[in-house]
Amino acid sequence: MSELLFALFVFMLAIFLGFELISKVPPTLHTPLMSGSNAISGITLVGSIIAAGSEENLLSIVLATVAVAFAMINVVGGFLVTDRMLKMFRRK
Amino acid sequence: MRETFIQAAYLVASALFIVAIKLLNSPRTARLGNGLGALGMLLGAVATLFYREVVRYEWVLLGAGVGGALGAWMALRVQMTAMPQMVALLNGFGGGASALVGLVEVLRKIPEGEDSALWLLTVGLSILIGAATLSGSLIAAGKLHEVLTGRPIVLPGHHYQTALWLIVSLGFVLWPLMNPAILPYGLLVASATILGIWMVLPVGGADMPVIVSFLNSLSGLAAAATGFVLQNYLLIIAGTLVGASGFILTTIMSKAMNRSLWSVLFEAVGGQEGATLAEGRTIRQTTAEDVALMLSYARSVVIVPGYGMAVSQAQHAAKKLVDALQQKHIETRFAIHPVAGRMPGHMNVLLAEADVPYDLLWEMERINPDFPQADVVLVVGANDVVNPAARTDRSSPLYGMPILEVDKARTVVVLKRSMNPGFAGVENELFYKPNTYMLFGDAKRSLEAITQSVSEG
Repeated sequence: MSELLFALFVFMLAIFLGFELISKVPPTLHTPLMSGSNAISGITLVGSIIAAGSEENLLSIVLATVAVAFAMINVVGGFLVTDRMLKMFRRK
Repeated sequence: MRETFIQAAYLVASALFIVAIKLLNSPRTARLGNGLGALGMLLGAVATLFYREVVRYEWVLLGAGVGGALGAWMALRVQMTAMPQMVALLNGFGGGASALVGLVEVLRKIPEGEDSALWLLTVGLSILIGAATLSGSLIAAGKLHEVLTGRPIVLPGHHYQTALWLIVSLGFVLWPLMNPAILPYGLLVASATILGIWMVLPVGGADMPVIVSFLNSLSGLAAAATGFVLQNYLLIIAGTLVGASGFILTTIMSKAMNRSLWSVLFEAVGGQEGATLAEGRTIRQTTAEDVALMLSYARSVVIVPGYGMAVSQAQHAAKKLVDALQQKHIETRFAIHPVAGRMPGHMNVLLAEADVPYDLLWEMERINPDFPQADVVLVVGANDVVNPAARTDRSSPLYGMPILEVDKARTVVVLKRSMNPGFAGVENELFYKPNTYMLFGDAKRSLEAITQSVSEG
């Protein structure tokens, strides 16, 4: 229980940090910010790896393996496509 | 010992994510930021493989191989014009992964007798948000890819149904608190999936930037909720940061449309097919040659791109016109409305693809004071974002939306396929103003014809 409460503190701090970090994004970067941060939200990958590597019953293993695949699409697709976009942005 | 190393790696990964998002705020550092984010992800993933609980690698490798290959294939193959649906899909997969992890945890821990209220609540929320994000994103991607109609799909009593599915889903989240069991979570997957579909169906194409950033925010929150379930601070921090950034974008987009997130979700605009066109009003048609002539006498030219430019893939043609004009020392800029296109920053990505430097792209607030001094404004496939009714007509659904004030320019040329009204189904006063000329046809061909005449002239 106390660990979950501690997690709530981390959560609260991350909310404030998030708002501070992204208060002034230029519109040019709206799409890359979205796809790049989206790739970061693929961090669920960590949870799905633990599940796919440790579960015992078949249903759980299959669900977890699909989760790994989904998260990897999110992560690899997100970072690569963001890089492709950002490579094109240039000044005069 | 092993646990300490893993947590240390997570700590570094968290720091890398924070720096990554910070660097994504500036065009000069964004690419580095994205790279650091990827590095943080790699670190987090590799460290996780060392958990004592992780005893088998074959399933992890299978999932990672298939997912990684699919992700890379999508990212390298996608056209820049298809970026909105790509982003929507990626949001969906992230949400889906979170829901699945939540579900696996339920299957493991409920039979073990887990009954902590906070745990049951957060695992329910991770499944609810994750599943709704997945189904909602698939619908959004379908609309953006035009597999589904871009117009709002509204069923009888639609918003009551949506509210009902939300209440039902919350019920399934709360039920296990009284009596922990697996069944409610299974039902929750179904109701949350329906909720996501119902939520996005009535959202029209022009409101898509709001819904895409909202789904982005949800995908982050789903990951954060999963972090609570696994008591993994890396997930909580990274997920929350993304949730916050998506929320900020959602707010920016809503403001740019003068609408609240609530009204985007619950008040469909543009349902009526083909609004009434004013009869007997005169418009002035023009030709590419005449436009070229106007341009060559101009000192200051502003191009206003909209979704129509994306549809006809006219960004390269626009770039060629800019080059031709700049060769004649005519100042040429782009004016970008925050919600032009189908996702935040859509026009910026397209023009970057066509190699237009981003300092030629001016934001609405910065360029609006300059329109009275602009000799020619070319409106390429934009409609609602230049409709003066937003300023003047209290009865218009667009009233109050900040617009690009192109009607104040000396001459306006509207490149348009036909006289069909814009997405909101609203008549555009701009077309009938005495200083407005209409150039009908495909935007790309029109721009090419203008460029040719400018270069020859």
